[in-house]
Amino acid sequence: MRHFYFDHNATTPVAPEVLEAVSSCLGQVYGNASSIHYFGQLAKQRLEAARRQVSEFIGCAPAELIFTSGGTEANNIAALGVARAASSPRHVITSAIEHPAVLGPCAQLEREGVQVTRVRVGSSGVVDPADVRQALRPETVLISIMHANNELGTIQPIAEIARIAHAADIPLHVDGVQALGKIPVNVRELGADLYSVSGHKLYAPKGVGALYVRKGIALAGVAFGGHHERDRRPGTENVPGIVGFGAAARLASGNFMDGALRDRLEAAVLERISGTGVNGSRGNRTPNTTNIQFDAIDGEAMVIALDLRGFAVSTGSACSSGAITPSHVLTAIGLSADRARSSIRFSLGHSNTAEQVDELVEALEASVAHLRRISVHA
Amino acid sequence: MPEQLQTDKRPAGGPAADQGVRPTLPIAVAMSGGVDSSVVAALLVRQGYDVVGMTMQLWNQRRLPELSNESATGRCCSLDDVYDARRVAEQLGVPYYVVNFERQFEDQVVKPFVAEYLAGRTPVPCTLCNNYIKFDRFLELADAAGAQQIATGHYARIRYNQASSRYELLRGVDHAKDQTYFLFGLTQPQLARTLFPLGHLTKPEVRELAGSMDLPVAVKADSQEICFVPNGDYAAFMSAYLKETGIEPERTQGDIVTTDGRTVGSHQGVHRFTVGQRRGLGVAAAEPFYVIATDPSTQRVVVGSNDDLLRGRFIARDVNWISVAGVEGEMRAQVKIRNKHTPATATLLATSTPDRVEVVFDSAQRAVTPGQGAVFYNGDVVLGGGWIE
Repeated sequence: MRHFYFDHNATTPVAPEVLEAVSSCLGQVYGNASSIHYFGQLAKQRLEAARRQVSEFIGCAPAELIFTSGGTEANNIAALGVARAASSPRHVITSAIEHPAVLGPCAQLEREGVQVTRVRVGSSGVVDPADVRQALRPETVLISIMHANNELGTIQPIAEIARIAHAADIPLHVDGVQALGKIPVNVRELGADLYSVSGHKLYAPKGVGALYVRKGIALAGVAFGGHHERDRRPGTENVPGIVGFGAAARLASGNFMDGALRDRLEAAVLERISGTGVNGSRGNRTPNTTNIQFDAIDGEAMVIALDLRGFAVSTGSACSSGAITPSHVLTAIGLSADRARSSIRFSLGHSNTAEQVDELVEALEASVAHLRRISVHA
Repeated sequence: MPEQLQTDKRPAGGPAADQGVRPTLPIAVAMSGGVDSSVVAALLVRQGYDVVGMTMQLWNQRRLPELSNESATGRCCSLDDVYDARRVAEQLGVPYYVVNFERQFEDQVVKPFVAEYLAGRTPVPCTLCNNYIKFDRFLELADAAGAQQIATGHYARIRYNQASSRYELLRGVDHAKDQTYFLFGLTQPQLARTLFPLGHLTKPEVRELAGSMDLPVAVKADSQEICFVPNGDYAAFMSAYLKETGIEPERTQGDIVTTDGRTVGSHQGVHRFTVGQRRGLGVAAAEPFYVIATDPSTQRVVVGSNDDLLRGRFIARDVNWISVAGVEGEMRAQVKIRNKHTPATATLLATSTPDRVEVVFDSAQRAVTPGQGAVFYNGDVVLGGGWIE
């Protein structure tokens, strides 16, 4: 059976050019980038070249970018690092639709005595900057808002929130994991003080990410044991992975998807399948993402049915055992638990074609008809 | 012939259809990660069936942290079990999914389990799980995957009786492992779509098969009865769950009184006691006391002698008939009143409502416990069963 991939917000396939960069580095450049000798220097050169590539892609200075093991670690270093560097009492503002990689560290900060406000969002799935302003307190030490939502694709008004943050002299962290590679990102124009990214969302391998930290931002250490990455991320650098990230960044610049395939999928589903609707605002989204609700369908059953037909899609986020739990994002935008459970996320990528989209729509029609006939309760 | 999937005669269409042609529709196998369901999946694959493996995630074992410790045994739905099931599916080369039924399991198994104890009864959660999760919700999901049939690792047999046009449920040939006590709620449509490939096998044969097929779980320990209660300590589970959900009962202490009305002690809640229980009463007496009854409204625990536990008759409610359509007048049967009970001969008497049956034992039985299942047998054949009122 042929398998088609419509889950690029979960992860992306490694691009051939990236694979070439990673494997040649893996095969030839084995030095420790901290070593003084020839081998170490070779590794260091590759590391810094990749740092220039990624920093250029997001519009910062190379010295402001630290490499991490991925988006989750970048978010942890940012949220925990900024809040722990501040003096008590402390208050953090985030949103209800953040990824667990931000909500998790915020919950940990709560356990450490930090107050946390999770700004709510309406049915659009977009944070209202006025709500962020409203949530400000004298003791607020950090605002952390995502750039693009992983489930809905909705793009948050970061520049406006940055103006509010800076007027109050509070650093703004932006989880940009779902934005980088999908829409142009310039951290300076956005006004972000910290910005998290992840390689495997833009055709680099898993296990590499980065955090932009604007010069002058105070950051407490989160892990200890070495002086790598300006003391902010100790541990021998994953040079081949980082080199892959650099290559992926270079590939991605000027190679953004337009929304044509996503719109083709969305229009066909809405037209041909009754009882369907798009979750969240359709206006300002990443061009590859749509989240569609199917009346009287259990999303979990639908993912399995589609997988057995050769189409990979997803519902909410997957838990560690692989089981599917109702999405906190969809319930946060006001969907009932039942409607949240009957929603499917489609996230397209460079490999998808119009033919694949048309086949997916046919599989969807057949699956929906089958599932509604056997009335698997949502 | 343990290799053969024995399914007796069934109407055409299912895997048992005697046409020598394998159906192209897949069979969904409920894979727990244990040896039994792993062997089921492996046997079906070996026989050429198209198999889809699924693990039901029923309960988050990390949810009640005070119950979690490394030494807890017999717990299901752990990450280790999912890992094992996935490994078996990978070895067999079959599609595999983890499906989340935590919400349904809590609503339809855990909450009734807790409510029954609080109401002074002793519940059987495995039967509820079979009725509402494994043979209901799981069947629906199998449907979604295009599977007409499901297979599980239960030790029980199903056969179609053409004379009566009914699917019959029979005890597993390994009587020590027989699980029909927990399956009395299965309906005819459920039985029609279910396969129990282990019903003709003994546990040692199953382990041997697992070993001979190189399944990685061949020597894994058996799970215990109540999968979501660590170490079988249901009282500790109750306390932790009631605390977490904030549904503490109003009164959780009372007197321990004898059948003749003497107060001999006090206790911390009737839900901590089960009819027939002797240990843990905290009452010193010349002869041992047994719990005879519990009353949640007065929070009284009534104790007495072993003889006080004997009952000659009881009412079974919500009876589900399986191999027969019902009872008219009366019917002879062997009746099992808890999982480890040896079925006792009895007469079933019809009442004015078809799903209520009076059971009259030939000789009185010890600890007829409200809330437990009562399953009616004719030899190996399960006639039906209900709940002890």
